[in-house]
Amino acid sequence: MYPLQLTINGKAHETNVDPRVSLLDLLRENLGLTGSKKGCDHGQCGACTVIVNGRRINSCLSLAVSHDGDEVTTIEGMASDDGLSPLQAAFVRHDAFQCGYCTPGQICSATALLEELERGEPSVVTKERVELADEEIRERMSGNLCRCGAYNNIIDAILEVAEARA
Amino acid sequence: MKPFNYSRAADDKAAVTSARGQGARYLGGGTNLIDLMKHEIEQPDALVDVSRLPHEAIEETGDGVRIGAAVTNSALAGDPIIRERYPLLSTALLSGATMQLRNRATTGGNFLQRTRCQYFYDTQRACNKREPGSGCDAVGGLNRFHAILGASEQCIAVHPSDMAVAMVALGAHVETALGEGSGRTLPADALHRLPGDTPHIDHQLRHGELITHVVLPKAAEHQLYRKVRDRSSYAFAVVSIGVAFDLLEGNFMNVRIALGGVAHKPWRAARAEEILEGKAPSPELFAKAADAELAEARGYGHNDFKIPLMRRLIIASFGEMTAKQENAA
Repeated sequence: MYPLQLTINGKAHETNVDPRVSLLDLLRENLGLTGSKKGCDHGQCGACTVIVNGRRINSCLSLAVSHDGDEVTTIEGMASDDGLSPLQAAFVRHDAFQCGYCTPGQICSATALLEELERGEPSVVTKERVELADEEIRERMSGNLCRCGAYNNIIDAILEVAEARA
Repeated sequence: MKPFNYSRAADDKAAVTSARGQGARYLGGGTNLIDLMKHEIEQPDALVDVSRLPHEAIEETGDGVRIGAAVTNSALAGDPIIRERYPLLSTALLSGATMQLRNRATTGGNFLQRTRCQYFYDTQRACNKREPGSGCDAVGGLNRFHAILGASEQCIAVHPSDMAVAMVALGAHVETALGEGSGRTLPADALHRLPGDTPHIDHQLRHGELITHVVLPKAAEHQLYRKVRDRSSYAFAVVSIGVAFDLLEGNFMNVRIALGGVAHKPWRAARAEEILEGKAPSPELFAKAADAELAEARGYGHNDFKIPLMRRLIIASFGEMTAKQENAA
């Protein structure tokens, strides 16, 4: 077992882990934060997406032990005392989910995406500079699958929040 | 997953020392290695975490750029210098994987990722790369994604990286550490190897040799990366191409071409380069160069289409790049 210190949704955690434990399993099995979902467990579906030190990653493909000292934000950390985050509210308003299994990953992914847009980080469809458009959001969200096929509404929800921030 | 020891290296020397054991592997972003460990295709008994070594800078060095091996794929793709001077590299990186994966995947690790051949991944099937001597179920199997150049009867897997294709086209060099302050520099196009009779060996690095930096020379004036894939995002290349050249009085100079999705390594198209070098661009010349490069290409059934596809991609890429030139003139 290896000692591990993490800040998750603003709260400090100290624990010991077997080095084989993924960040996703640490969150779900050891810490009871079951919002992050295990879909494929191989980095293909994005249901496990969390934000580490401001960057979205697949928590299933990351060993918990390698995250000593990191700051993690999960879906449980999105809402505040004021209510849902803007993206959470937009997902509800736009009916951007059906079964909801991919939704925590979609929202974590989209939350980090908004920061990437703000920093002007390119995607492969970006020309000179980032422009808010369907194509740009679709490319940036390609790591999050939705088997119910709520993609159109997911894009609408993200675009609405992105445009409000711009 | 099999049990293993985990350690975090303090510096290159400590990393190399920790990785001496035959069962040790370096851990970068882990996006490929951890996946392979879950499948028990990789079964290291020790992981040496090198992701926090101080190799996270992108520095200008005279005409070129020196990139730390721990720089993530997203940081590299989004770097202003890389975007402006090496768009071939930025585009290649951004056309691979997803933002979540690029945020973890490292420059060093991207080079060393393993093939995505489905017979390599399926432990119930024969694969000489996974288990030397067991055979190759891809030859005669479902081989739509497999090699058309430089393959052997023992292995027809392809290297999956977009980044490595760009690095070869740009003439990058890889710097390594071997311990006791020693290390070496090798051209990116000499890093990987062809399968021959030992397809379980992907590259030329020795056990415990650590990639620390990648050095890019002066940027070519004209650069392009094009990738053909089955869907428009998050898919490996069916075929891809990286092209870099200068033009001197309208003639090709310093032409470098690397092809992806066609071989066990990023394929340096040396024959095509030789035909183009010093000549004036023309569709006939592009076709001649493509035909020369693909003269010994060979399909295995499902991937036969890659030969004409690659030919057209070479011709179209040069056509696009030189048409731009005519418009600008």
